[in-house]
Amino acid sequence: MPAKGAMTTTAEVPVSPPLAAAAPAGVRVDAVERTYRGRRGAVAALSGLTLRVAANEIVAVVGPSGCGKSTLLELVCALQTPDAGRVEAGPAVYMPQRDLLLPWASALDNAALPLRVHGASRTEARERARPAFATFGLAGFEAARPAELSGGMRQRVAFLRTLLAGKPVLALDEPFASLDALTRADMQSWLAGALLREPRTVLLVTHDVEEAVVLADRVVVLSPRPGRVVAELPVPLPRPRSRTDSAVVALREQAMRALQGGTL
Amino acid sequence: MGAALLVLALLGGWELYADLGGIDQFLLPAPSDVAASLWTDRGLLWDNFTVTAGEVLLGIAVSLAAGVALAVAIHLSRTLRRATYPLLVASQTIPIVIVAPLLVAWLGYDLGPKLAIVGLICFFPVVVTTLDGLAGVDPDLRKLMRTLDASRLQTLRHVEAPAALPALLSGAKIAVTVAVIGAVLAEQAGSSDGLGHLILQSIPQFETARSWAAVVVLAAFAIVLFGALALAERRLVPWAHRSEGDVA
Repeated sequence: MPAKGAMTTTAEVPVSPPLAAAAPAGVRVDAVERTYRGRRGAVAALSGLTLRVAANEIVAVVGPSGCGKSTLLELVCALQTPDAGRVEAGPAVYMPQRDLLLPWASALDNAALPLRVHGASRTEARERARPAFATFGLAGFEAARPAELSGGMRQRVAFLRTLLAGKPVLALDEPFASLDALTRADMQSWLAGALLREPRTVLLVTHDVEEAVVLADRVVVLSPRPGRVVAELPVPLPRPRSRTDSAVVALREQAMRALQGGTL
Repeated sequence: MGAALLVLALLGGWELYADLGGIDQFLLPAPSDVAASLWTDRGLLWDNFTVTAGEVLLGIAVSLAAGVALAVAIHLSRTLRRATYPLLVASQTIPIVIVAPLLVAWLGYDLGPKLAIVGLICFFPVVVTTLDGLAGVDPDLRKLMRTLDASRLQTLRHVEAPAALPALLSGAKIAVTVAVIGAVLAEQAGSSDGLGHLILQSIPQFETARSWAAVVVLAAFAIVLFGALALAERRLVPWAHRSEGDVA
């Protein structure tokens, strides 16, 4: 294993062939209602939410805390069913907020977990996951346990695990919320690059408006609970985007206003 | 280090009390008398120790196997949990001291009742800790596994079982310490050999020091078992002892 300092990517990064994924598929959410009934009465999480994500489009959903963002992701992943309305989505994989890597398994085995679940032997799964480590800036860390990795690297392993599930739709639940600001900025550029290489339909839930504008093709703003769409902002900017770019800043301000005022 | 000093001080105090306090050595032998008995009765102690050790090890093995199997079954089936959990808790309210002779009357003087008693005592900590370990998996991780198309058994195999291993080993550590007590209790309820039997037999023979020597052997055995498990823990579940956080 090389020293951790040798991590910085140089010009000759071997690029692995794109990872296998099912045919691109989009997401359609139509007039969805979802209410949780608890002992202390009913809480409406989503009310009349309609949302489209085209195949291989990146859509960021921003909204105040508790606006039903996580419920939306679980509906798309078929972990919940709506009370009313319809959800049609291609096979989706869920990436939770915390990396939730298995502490007893190596980084390679963590990334290869979906392949194991799909029936590959341990050796086969490792061989298939290994080439992606270099591409994703993880070369040399295959054998490392999650506790030996930095927060940013753990998040990369978790994202690689998500990709190796081979599903066309990625449901990302505030993937960088637990990282410090510097690492988060790094990881956002990294994710943008990774998605250029591995196009997927992405539904990214975040409360970081800047993250949404830097990463997404379109930003959807949700209202406070019960969540419904109050604004949609296309982000027709070339990539890679810089967070200090004036067009990015302008869109960020626009999204912030929509978030605060509920209108554009 | 501190523990060793404390033990030495206690032994010294006991020695002084027994020697200078004019206590009859048939009532309370001094540590030196016990040490002498450990040496002179070594053959007798060893023969009886092998019997007790066999009961303890076999009893632990049986309760580990049965305990883990039941924990997994209860974890997978809510119906089974509702049906067996109250029974499981009720089994721990049985006063073993009183039930032991009844079991001996029923099952006889051989290995049967000893395994039953050791098993009854060890079973519970193993089931409860393993169950907690299996259930303690992060709900988000379960959701992730579901979106990876993992079946219930695959989630058990790849996530829940390894996650429960530290808890299982904690349960086993509790189990080994009580297993020794259980085996002695079972022997005292009716047996023709074993250290529990030797202790009972030595008292009317005024071989009090030998009884104490047997107690020392039992305690040492329990400590060795506990130590072996602590070692296994460090080897098998190193992740459970490392603090989580950024190292790099």
